[in-house]
Amino acid sequence: MSAPSSPVIVEGLSKRFGATVALDGVSLEVRPAELFGLVGPDGGGKTTLFRVLTTLLVPDAGRATVLGLDVVRDLWAIRARVGYMPGRFSLYPDLSVEENLRFFASVFGTTLEEGYAVVAPIYRQIEPFRERRAGALSGGMKQKLALSCALVHRPELLLLDEPTTGVDAVSRREFWDLLHALKASGLTIVVATPYMDEADRCDRVALVQQGRVLAVDAPAAVGARFPHPLLAVRGRDRRALLEALRAHPHAVSSFPFGNELHHADARLGAPPEALAAELRDYLRGRGLADAEVVPIRPGIEDAFMALMGAPPEAAA
Amino acid sequence: MSAAIEVRGLTRRFGAFTAVDAITFDVREGEVFGFLGANGAGKTTAIKMLIGLLAPTSGEARVAGHDVLAEADEVRRRIGYMSQRFSLYDDLTVRENVQLYGGVYGLTDPEIRERGGALLERLRLVHAGDARLGTLPLGWKQKLAFSVALLHRPAVVFLDEPTGGVDPITRRQFWEMIYAAAAGGTTVFVTTHYLDEAEYCDRVSIMVDGRIAALGTPDELKRRFDAATLDELFVRLARPAAAAAAGAV
Repeated sequence: MSAPSSPVIVEGLSKRFGATVALDGVSLEVRPAELFGLVGPDGGGKTTLFRVLTTLLVPDAGRATVLGLDVVRDLWAIRARVGYMPGRFSLYPDLSVEENLRFFASVFGTTLEEGYAVVAPIYRQIEPFRERRAGALSGGMKQKLALSCALVHRPELLLLDEPTTGVDAVSRREFWDLLHALKASGLTIVVATPYMDEADRCDRVALVQQGRVLAVDAPAAVGARFPHPLLAVRGRDRRALLEALRAHPHAVSSFPFGNELHHADARLGAPPEALAAELRDYLRGRGLADAEVVPIRPGIEDAFMALMGAPPEAAA
Repeated sequence: MSAAIEVRGLTRRFGAFTAVDAITFDVREGEVFGFLGANGAGKTTAIKMLIGLLAPTSGEARVAGHDVLAEADEVRRRIGYMSQRFSLYDDLTVRENVQLYGGVYGLTDPEIRERGGALLERLRLVHAGDARLGTLPLGWKQKLAFSVALLHRPAVVFLDEPTGGVDPITRRQFWEMIYAAAAGGTTVFVTTHYLDEAEYCDRVSIMVDGRIAALGTPDELKRRFDAATLDELFVRLARPAAAAAAGAV
């Protein structure tokens, strides 16, 4: 294990590609043995940040240390101690499962046997297919092989770039169970995801949008940053409900959320139950007699939308 | 009420493996139909058959009144398609993409000018008409791709994970576009891994191991399976399949 200092420290990091600003003064810190989430939509800068942390890109401004080492000066030392799973499948499709794993072990100057204890919880699930070509694996098995290859040299820090994108809800849950098992072994993990619901499975998250960090905090604390009283509304005719909510004189925002609508009221500090009762009456007055309204605690997605603000075209 | 999509015993085998196993269902005109399932459940194979890219092993399907096998050209003229992975060309400008796809879908030049112009106005993208598509944020691209897929006014539009990786506000704006298309009479057939979005569909089906394990309105399904959300229901239905796939595929 490294010193008890923060495994990742990022200060004022900026990176441009031509006219595109990929990172715009990003600062954050990841604590030892933390499961840290970079949560945000595609194009937010998550991949660029990973490439800087893995020493594959040099930042234009700012600095970053990984395991106490500088990402520009100490690149070779960092590469040996970090495990990285890129967003795209990056293994050799013509090599077998086992050949891929042995190859990545040898690149890092170790062997599959030496790293076996670390990869075993994941690798055992695909070991029966160790002679199969990696290109012929199913999506879920490719993901497990890629994770094994990122772990085989026993890294101290694991960086995962959108490991669950395009993966169904069931497989996503199973993957997060695996990450929790790895975290329990003392590994520090940074994982990027566009899925807001996955933020709740992290110790802390950074919400990332258009190259900037909107907030860094524990998931529940991020939700608590939502500035307005929030009400959940249910009823049969959701489209009519949404229209009525948006026309409410104190409406800040009204958005569909699965089988309900989340409605933020502008009156800060007003008792939520009273706001709910008033909104119920308002909706009844508009012919929406079956509307149910309850105060709720805002989640990550509520907070994210409030923090990102409406983009220019949202006026429509 | 007539059906925009009629599927009867549709089956596709690859060697000994049955990817789609005698599925039967209808999608009504103007309906927003959510087609859900775990990875590997057979969704993509089913969609390929519905859009005429893959011949069924047995069974039949009619889309917009035409048989997908015998009248594939007729079907293709009447459908639109977009997916997260393939939509428009990054190296062309916004306007060039509209022109290209207008032509591919068989519109005349005046039609392309008129409808393309209206499309950019509606999306508030007139100012970006000469920008390379690759420079636009993903959310704009996806909204543009959806609008382009509707340019030839298809009877049915197929959307394959259209909102993957899109920010939460744009994702909701995208669904308002879906509702607007449906209100205009277009039938929308959509797949998604976001189960909150499944709640926005008029009806959904859940595919498990090549079969349709559940089909109905979100409320009906939650009642029938005694689940609080579609997410809970999905995990319950799809888990045995996922567990089997991890060991056997």
